[in-house]
Amino acid sequence: MSEFSFIGKEVRRPEGGDKASGRALYIHDLARPGMLFGKIKFSEHAHARIKKIDVSRARQVPGVHAVITAYDTPEIRIGFLRDNFALKKDKVRQFRDEIAAVAAADADAAAEAVELIEVEYEPLPGVFTPEEAMAPGAPLVHEVAPDGARRASNVLDLAYGHDSGDIEAGRRAARHVVTGEYSTPLIQQSCMGTAGCLAEFDAAGNLTIWAKTQIPFLAQRDFNQALNALGLGGRNTRVIVPALGGGFGTGLDTHAYEYIAILLAWRSGRPVKIVYDREEEFSCLSPRQSARTRIAQGCDASGRLTFRDVEVLQDNGAYTSWGATYPSVMLLPVTSLYRVPNVRFRARLVYTNNTYCQAMRGYGNPEVTWPIESSLDDLAAAAGIDPLDLRLLNCNEPGEATPMGLKVTTCGLRECLESAAGRLNWREKRGAERRVARGVGLASLIHVGGGGKIYRSDGSGIVLKLDDFGNVNVSYGGVEMGQGLHTVLRQAVAEAVGIRPENVFVNQTDTATCPWDVGTHASRGAFMAGNAALLAAARLREKLFHWAETIFPVEVERNVRALRRRDPAYRPPDLDVARAAQAGNFELKEGWLFLRDAPEDPALRIEFGRLLRAVHYRDRGTIFTQEAFYEPNTELPDWSKGRGNMSENYAYGTQAVEVEVDRETGEVKILSLVAAHDVGRVLNPVTLKGQLYGALAQGVGYALYEEVKTRAGRILNPGFTDYKIPTACEMDFPIELVFVETDERSGPFGAKGVGEPGMVPTAPAIANAIYDAVGVRVKDLPITPEKVLAALQAARA
Amino acid sequence: MAHVVSFELNGRQVSVQAEPWARLIDVLRGPLGHTGTKEGCGEGECGACTVLVDGAAINSCLFPVLEVEGRSVTTIEGLRDAEGRLAALQEAFVEEGGVQCGFCSPGMILTAAALLLRTPHPTEAEIREELAGNLCRCTGYAQIVEAVQAAATRAPGREERGA
Repeated sequence: MSEFSFIGKEVRRPEGGDKASGRALYIHDLARPGMLFGKIKFSEHAHARIKKIDVSRARQVPGVHAVITAYDTPEIRIGFLRDNFALKKDKVRQFRDEIAAVAAADADAAAEAVELIEVEYEPLPGVFTPEEAMAPGAPLVHEVAPDGARRASNVLDLAYGHDSGDIEAGRRAARHVVTGEYSTPLIQQSCMGTAGCLAEFDAAGNLTIWAKTQIPFLAQRDFNQALNALGLGGRNTRVIVPALGGGFGTGLDTHAYEYIAILLAWRSGRPVKIVYDREEEFSCLSPRQSARTRIAQGCDASGRLTFRDVEVLQDNGAYTSWGATYPSVMLLPVTSLYRVPNVRFRARLVYTNNTYCQAMRGYGNPEVTWPIESSLDDLAAAAGIDPLDLRLLNCNEPGEATPMGLKVTTCGLRECLESAAGRLNWREKRGAERRVARGVGLASLIHVGGGGKIYRSDGSGIVLKLDDFGNVNVSYGGVEMGQGLHTVLRQAVAEAVGIRPENVFVNQTDTATCPWDVGTHASRGAFMAGNAALLAAARLREKLFHWAETIFPVEVERNVRALRRRDPAYRPPDLDVARAAQAGNFELKEGWLFLRDAPEDPALRIEFGRLLRAVHYRDRGTIFTQEAFYEPNTELPDWSKGRGNMSENYAYGTQAVEVEVDRETGEVKILSLVAAHDVGRVLNPVTLKGQLYGALAQGVGYALYEEVKTRAGRILNPGFTDYKIPTACEMDFPIELVFVETDERSGPFGAKGVGEPGMVPTAPAIANAIYDAVGVRVKDLPITPEKVLAALQAARA
Repeated sequence: MAHVVSFELNGRQVSVQAEPWARLIDVLRGPLGHTGTKEGCGEGECGACTVLVDGAAINSCLFPVLEVEGRSVTTIEGLRDAEGRLAALQEAFVEEGGVQCGFCSPGMILTAAALLLRTPHPTEAEIREELAGNLCRCTGYAQIVEAVQAAATRAPGREERGA
């Protein structure tokens, strides 16, 4: 670690002071001259024909500038499969469908006008579970596919699967086999800052949109297509990302409300802002996909896994977002968490008249790690092997190739298992505390740690712009949403260029000034930004050192004259400076240029800004702007076969937890939790801990508390009173974090991605601890007291 | 009909026109331009809009603006030390990692400030109990609790101040 000046240190969050003092500007805080407030009229039915929309009374409300419907605006198709529309025509397919929208001078007028829009519906029978949707003769959510073909079924035309080895041979080779059906709920990402955007056109028809997005460049592409639909082909979109009040996956798609703001701005000729209130955020922004999984796993007499068979059924809701690609990430744990030679995987997504779903942290991984790690404990019980030993026996190792074709580089899973279990006193506690209804459980994870290729490019560009004062302004297309991307980017640039972090300034993310980046997802932010910074810095330093060959001897002369003025007895170093001033002899570190062989000599050190000014202000001088584009060396998998090395490296981790169960009430209390994660290298302890603590809280919420409840497509708990995320009191138990540093060679300074892994194994670790404590297994999340009590009563009967 | 409300905002007297049904947050974020106060739910569930009225933490989304007549309101913009820098509590939030997306931070910091006014050296349980009305989705609260503890440790206690 000592070779680094700033990597691994607690470098301060650059935007932290603005956030702690109320200066940071979120979408809620932005305003433009003449700005109007947009508001959307949502459907009052889950499935119905639209017979008539009457907006005449809405238009009469003072202050209203525009009222739009699908019938008086161009059609804009949106979504991953282009099966969604900005505004709905003919029929609605979910409660939150956007039927009309208003732009008014103030928010009250917009709300009043929306209330006055009258819609006449002809209700249609709906389908609200995948089973209902797949039943023969079920009503079709979409009668026609985006390509115009008649649809015959509600099953999406997305093929995800995997077959490796011989699954039947694996079953035959198994001495012990366990099967189970598990489910995970819809949950809400619950960003503290709700969704919103502000859209504005210039006189030529170019669009600027301030958007709460994690994908500014894919959004630019989407919005340019919308401009095309408006007859503004060839015009451009500029996406500017304000401070984000959380992301967690909600920004991986463009949303109908954004297109509606664009339509309202286009129709009214004014800037238009739409911000969701909390109820709209719960009811009208897509939650995390739910999943139902059937699993069978087997091992031989010694405990070695012989097969794993996983079938996933997902309720897609009425339209398709990028969240429908969850199975692409499910493939990672299904094929590659522990060594298993024979694997079968099938995933189906089904349209229903429920709210459509989207991405959230972990992206399919928690949904299947839940059944895999839960059922592995059942398998350990069946085989009479300690669950820790079963996992160690089948542990992944560095250098292996997995059934999916993942090329494992570094792998700290064994160390994660051993340290998480060791620090929880696993060997003493496992099975030993049942009398007092206490138990311990653990679960592990694999996730992408070096980007995750699910798009044609998984790359990331960077521009370093140097000024006359030794500062570097960084333009980077990734999004800071609280995770600390700008903090580690500042550290990485300072370290890689050789200046101090306080001289690095990260610009606001803006498609007009930042180079392309695919998006801030898949735990890729720090990995990509760090590698892009290293690439750019290496090129920049080459140029700087070339110039230093000319500049250095002159500046050393000036140093010597200054030192002599201060001390007439000063003797300059005995060195032929002109001869020593070769590009290969220079070092730039912490803002000083010097000779590698004489780092401390005051005559032979030049402050970085002075070097830049000397290069700039001379005959035929120059300034420095350095770009780079980092594209990981990975494969876009073939999803139908489930094969491809989608990441440069893979992140591992194990969480071990001790719980106490109240046999009378079914309540589960977490007593302590250890999270050991293979992070490659700690870039910044403060932000790294923040990522893990935060993910763990989401994992605890997923395990014990959170569920978006629906009845016939209607969301029943659209607020924090009825939708429970953990508070400081629920998180009132000791958490120990263990960072396993495997020094990953593809990682910037050795680091792996870490954003998502923390919430992946939390739920099965808790469920396994409950099983140890009271001998019952709850298979559908969240593990509420009611479910635990029911399981205890069933076990007694 | 709009009323004129006069109160002390971050140590200065202000008078502002407000509809009688207006909430304190509307006036702070609107005509007074204090957008550091965040609206997370509008229902008193999340605590993002917390401000201090006469030193007590309240949800400004539930607080009628007419109720602040003649009283003293502190928002996040008013928390600073004598030199105008971040207050020790704000510094601690930044240093300890109590700030991530930052949307809950102003409310969280003001709730903690109210606690420290009453109880300069709170226990961890007291801190967690006090912060339970302020939701955060980023941090898992661990570093927020550490920040409040750090601020309490760094700040001179009642006895040291001779109070």
